[in-house]
Amino acid sequence: MRPFHYSRPGSVGEAVRALGADPGAEVIAGGTDLVTLLRDGVRAPSQLVDVNRLGLDRLSWQPNGSVHIGAMCRNAVDDSRLRRAYPGLVQALRSGASPQIRNRASFGGNLLQRTRCAYFRLPEFDCNKRNPGSGCAALNGDGAQTALFGASPSCVAVHPSDCAVALVALNAVVHVEGPAGARRIPIEEFHVLPGETPQRETALRRDELVVAIELPPAPPSHYLKFRDRTSFAFALVSAAVAVEVSGGTVRSARIALGGVAAKPWRCLAAERELVGKPFTAPSIAKAGDAATEGAKPRPGNEYKVELVRRVVRRALTELGNA
Amino acid sequence: MREKASTFAGEPEPSGPNRRTVLVGAVGAGVAGTALAGVGVGLAAPTTAPPAPQETLPVTLTVNGVRRSAPVDPRASLLDTLRDQWGLTGPKKGCDQGACGACTMLLDGTRVLSCISLAVLHDGQEITTVEGLVAKGEMHPVQRAFAERDGFQCGFCTSGQVTSAVGLLKENPRPSRAEISELMSGNLCRCAAYSNIVDAVADAARGER
Ligand SMILES: Cc1cc2nc3c(=O)[nH]c(=O)nc-3n(C[C@H](O)[C@H](O)[C@H](O)COP(=O)(O)OP(=O)(O)OC[C@H]3O[C@@H](n4cnc5c(N)ncnc54)[C@H](O)[C@@H]3O)c2cc1C
Ligand code: FES
Ligand code: FES
Repeated sequence: MRPFHYSRPGSVGEAVRALGADPGAEVIAGGTDLVTLLRDGVRAPSQLVDVNRLGLDRLSWQPNGSVHIGAMCRNAVDDSRLRRAYPGLVQALRSGASPQIRNRASFGGNLLQRTRCAYFRLPEFDCNKRNPGSGCAALNGDGAQTALFGASPSCVAVHPSDCAVALVALNAVVHVEGPAGARRIPIEEFHVLPGETPQRETALRRDELVVAIELPPAPPSHYLKFRDRTSFAFALVSAAVAVEVSGGTVRSARIALGGVAAKPWRCLAAERELVGKPFTAPSIAKAGDAATEGAKPRPGNEYKVELVRRVVRRALTELGNA
Repeated sequence: MREKASTFAGEPEPSGPNRRTVLVGAVGAGVAGTALAGVGVGLAAPTTAPPAPQETLPVTLTVNGVRRSAPVDPRASLLDTLRDQWGLTGPKKGCDQGACGACTMLLDGTRVLSCISLAVLHDGQEITTVEGLVAKGEMHPVQRAFAERDGFQCGFCTSGQVTSAVGLLKENPRPSRAEISELMSGNLCRCAAYSNIVDAVADAARGER
């Protein structure tokens, strides 16, 4: 591991100044992702800016019923109001990693965790994300974990977060602070597709800090995750669904998929199949079919197409039965 | 389950002169570090040169009830610091990447993985390792339950399993068997003693009620 300067700012302003003053500086939160990347030589920052003591670890409910989740709230967050208002988020969090990791992993770090693509994590392989222009070893490698949607000739990696998928279904807004002050990034614009610059994964600027995640009041939600084993594994395919039904008719629906793209993948076509229809098996089945629209399977990941169809159908069915 | 907004809120507000600036010579503060703080600390005033890496930083931890300070390489994991520098070899290094749970410790009472954290992040915090579970010469009820139920074969994962189970029972004092399996899933056992481990945790939960 390359030596780095460790700094422990006491305020958001100081942290932002530290990031701005050193182009090689990176934030460290729980460290559950970054420490392995440092150890394996995937990242080699000149400075680590510790954001654990900035007071960003609070949940604050707003008068209009929305909630601001501090960037340093841990993924083990246990709050009965959060469970009631956003069951899909809490299910997504509990399905991620292990209890020990969730006790340290932060919301900010979860959104900014790096892909689990093995070729990214092993510096002996070419990877455009780790080393822009070097090529993509995954293109001719094991395709089982690769993206079904939004991939490019330079990168086929998927985003590993469960939490982020739920946040897309729940229409979250990411609050960030930088040298020019505060701004708000809608969660759907937070992660970006690889295109020709897979090294750029989010809309966050290098000298900006995530300070909170805002969730507006949301309809009932649910999260369903399929993986290689029952627990402690990343999603092969997952779905977060949030559906508002009144008088037997779907008024609004948001559906997002995990494990299939470089960002949580919103399924507009599936949502359209539901809105204005009864929330029953036939429209749910159509939504499952529509969720696969635009899928571009690659050698090794063809199984994900049928999995998408079924995960969406089952997530919606379970939400309807809840 | 407990109601809480977040698992840890960091340490309480430091009293007196800001410990951060004293010890770490934070960002642009221009405060000279302590003798232990090594090179480059706090000397990076508003220059353009990024601050230099520190060789060591002073870290104070309360480990199993005993407060200790030592200069620590900022790159050192919490696990390596306790095992190699402070001689606590109860926590094991199985994978060194967060995947096996052998390095589980309690941080301010909450179970965490020490291989994927840095010691410098925990300055001022309390750590309990498996060595600290024995009280007044008596095994912890979870340790006793593991012994009685044969919750192991080779024993390599056991210190992590036991510490994790202690953390689990704090989070959820009355887990069902299914919950025990799910909530112990961060601890792998290559000998596959899983069913006895679940029995042991269930016994301990019953005993602790
Ligand atoms: C074995 C294992 C299994 C896992 N399984 C899952 C899983 O199933 N599902 C899942 O979703 N996740 C999983 N994870 C990933 C885990 O959720 C992430 O490691 C964790 O959420 C990262 O949070 P952190 O606070 O530890 O971030 P860190 O590791 O500290 O940081 C991660 C990145 O975020 C940046 N960062 C952190 N906070 C901020 C901020 N406030 N502002 C700006 N930048 C910031 C850092 O610079 C760094 O680049 C797993 C991890 C491990 C080790
Ligand atoms: S050694 Fe820490 S999880 Fe394996
Ligand atoms: S007892 Fe051998 S690894 Fe668990």
